[in-house]
Amino acid sequence: MSDAAVHHDHHDAHHPTGIMRWLTTTNHKDIGTMYLVFSLMMFFVGGAMAMVIRLELFQPGLQWVDPQFFNSMTTMHALVMIFGAVMPAWTGFANWMIPMMIGAPDMALPRLNNWSFWILPFAFTLLLMTLFLPGGAPAGGWTMYPPLVLQTGAAFPFLIFAVHFMGASSVAGAINIIATVFNLRAPGMTLMKLPLFVWTWIITAFLLIASIPVLAGAVTMLLTDKFFGTAFFSAAGGGDPVMFQHIFWFFGHPEVYILILPAFGIVSAIIPTFARKPLFGYSSMVYAAASIAFLSFIVWAHHMFTVGMPLAGELFFMYATILIAVPTGVKVFNWVATMWQSSMTFETPMLFSIAFVVLFTIGGFSGLMLGITPVDFQYHDTYFVVAHFHYVLVTGAIFALMAGTYFWLPKWTGHMYDETLGQLHFWLSTISVNVLFFPQHFLGLAGMPRRIPDYAVQFADWNMVSSLGGFVFGVSQLLFLAVIVKCARGGAKARDQVWEGARGLEWTLPSPPPYHSFSTPPAPATIDGGYR
Amino acid sequence: MMRLMNRPGRLAALCAGLLMILPGFANAAWDQLNLPRGVTPYSETVYDLHMLILWVCVVIGVGVFGAIFYSILKFRKSQGAVAAQWHESTTVEVLWTVVPFIILIVMAVPATKALVMMEDVTKSDLTIKVTGYQWKWQYEYLGEDVSFFSTLGDASNKARQLGSGVNPEGVENYLREVDNEIVVPVNKKIRFLTTAADVIHSWWVPALGWKRDAVPGFINESWATIKEEGVYRGQCTELCGKDHGFMPVVLRAVSEEEFQKWLAARKTATAGTAPAAPVTVAGNP
Repeated sequence: MSDAAVHHDHHDAHHPTGIMRWLTTTNHKDIGTMYLVFSLMMFFVGGAMAMVIRLELFQPGLQWVDPQFFNSMTTMHALVMIFGAVMPAWTGFANWMIPMMIGAPDMALPRLNNWSFWILPFAFTLLLMTLFLPGGAPAGGWTMYPPLVLQTGAAFPFLIFAVHFMGASSVAGAINIIATVFNLRAPGMTLMKLPLFVWTWIITAFLLIASIPVLAGAVTMLLTDKFFGTAFFSAAGGGDPVMFQHIFWFFGHPEVYILILPAFGIVSAIIPTFARKPLFGYSSMVYAAASIAFLSFIVWAHHMFTVGMPLAGELFFMYATILIAVPTGVKVFNWVATMWQSSMTFETPMLFSIAFVVLFTIGGFSGLMLGITPVDFQYHDTYFVVAHFHYVLVTGAIFALMAGTYFWLPKWTGHMYDETLGQLHFWLSTISVNVLFFPQHFLGLAGMPRRIPDYAVQFADWNMVSSLGGFVFGVSQLLFLAVIVKCARGGAKARDQVWEGARGLEWTLPSPPPYHSFSTPPAPATIDGGYR
Repeated sequence: MMRLMNRPGRLAALCAGLLMILPGFANAAWDQLNLPRGVTPYSETVYDLHMLILWVCVVIGVGVFGAIFYSILKFRKSQGAVAAQWHESTTVEVLWTVVPFIILIVMAVPATKALVMMEDVTKSDLTIKVTGYQWKWQYEYLGEDVSFFSTLGDASNKARQLGSGVNPEGVENYLREVDNEIVVPVNKKIRFLTTAADVIHSWWVPALGWKRDAVPGFINESWATIKEEGVYRGQCTELCGKDHGFMPVVLRAVSEEEFQKWLAARKTATAGTAPAAPVTVAGNP
């Protein structure tokens, strides 16, 4: 592949400069960058909250914060990380990569794109300012279960409207991605030739469109219960608090796949690249992702096995839940088969991807265990659950985001990142994250509930270990920031293909790509060259 | 035991334990690492089921992770490995779809049996209604005219205040002590009805093998037959506000005679106009 400096063509890059460029941009790369920077900021905000949590839990007794503020920290940490860090990061990746991957000049709905991003800073201003309101930030858990959430002080309407805004932003982003993939694919880019990141994102987009409005309905009912005298979730008025949980988790379970499916796509791009071997079982990967998405709509009640359901309900949700292990297993086996008889090198994106496969699988195992209803009666709402969802979200979604960042950063900036620093970041993160979360399995099994600011002394040892791991993990992320800043400011010039084994349309463009890429469709021959 | 060491000593022991994993495990008590076996037929069933799934996961994990690490060592470009270009096999895909499915069925059968067992609340000898409040429990022995509240013990409550200066290590059963224990007889099928007065709570004693949510306006049924006398501790497991971490459950299982004695004493205490003094059974440690 030739280094195509000749492609450089600035005549079409007319845009305002300074702040107006970012406020008014309709360019998918600018918007992608804003999403990613926003997400990184929220990652550190949410991370700081996690540090407060681990600091208080470092030893038994209350040393630093009062219980109410502790509850605010767990609630806000979750909301910020889910809606502020991970979801916008995926949309940022989608904005940057999907048009370049499918040979499109931009997203199909560029103005909606600008709008869907700019809702987010307002949403998070609303949410984060509750920290300074009378009564403090929401402290009823990110799951917002009534009646507890209705005891929230002045922060309550802020919480509801922040969630509405985040949801509107996500749905707009999802509509845009579906419209782009279905309308703007280059000639010859058939659906079964799409890179898996595009596939997993289309499926994610459908999950978003189907589930976010359900969340919007649920929080609106909370709002009317609080202010307008309805009683959807109050037994005294003929309602049912558990109904909220059903509605919430009908959104909430697809939501967890919204957080993880794009990760599957990224890892499916990175492993073949550094294994120099095509992805094993491309079509089964697509079908597996679709099956997981379908199943995600019929397993919601496994989050609430202890609320008291009829036996038939418990059995149905148990069977459906453990069934998810089958397509998830297929994906893991396919990644392993891709590595088998390959020719691997271990640059930072590959290191994070391999760690993803191993550690996400550990989270999958604990997920399977949690899906077995009678045993869940013990595990439910303990640190075992905390360990489980942090394995799938931190070493799952976040590790894939980091892998993807290192993978495409040279393409985005035109510079190679500092490989030594990247590998240092990887090893520090991977070791510390396991010291942080693995002992939480022990804590949960030994009987420590989640969402408590203080604990019985038999839990002291592992909590201290977990906190130490947490502090190291937190500090290590400053290294991630340093690598990104350093790479954005300069460094060795990146080639167009960047990685020896890289395949796909984005690698045919210069690094960095021109402001508008694929103003004319790519040649069909380049489409077939992908590892997918 | 590590619990008796001072803090730097314990930290050093933990670091050493992490460095040498096996001595570390030998050091830490097994009950700090795994689910308790419990003292009811159901909790034992749950424990066995837990160990079964755990071992199934370990075996699969060893296989999958083994294949990954073998690949990492063997198929390196730096070792001159050349990538094969095969990338699909329907046979293999079918195989690793069907085999996990069969493994799931093997796990689902005992799980189904355990659930059926748990949901059978018939033929109980005694019914206790458990009501969650912010932040205490109320226990009512239905048909016995006994009812009392159970809140966090004084010593724990003083020590747990922000900046109390009291070292929790010095407080007996820190956060796991109450003023009024719930007392039940052994070898009787006890039906627990859980509900709540304000927000949702969840009543959990790990030794019984289950937790059950206490939902305002609704009543959930569960049961336990406790096989061994003893004191079993747990706490609220559904976030219920500020003091969610401070509403423990302490359950004392005693012989039938002792239980009857306790019940009689309780009735007198409840009937009196004076506030009920904590009534404890002989042998309170």
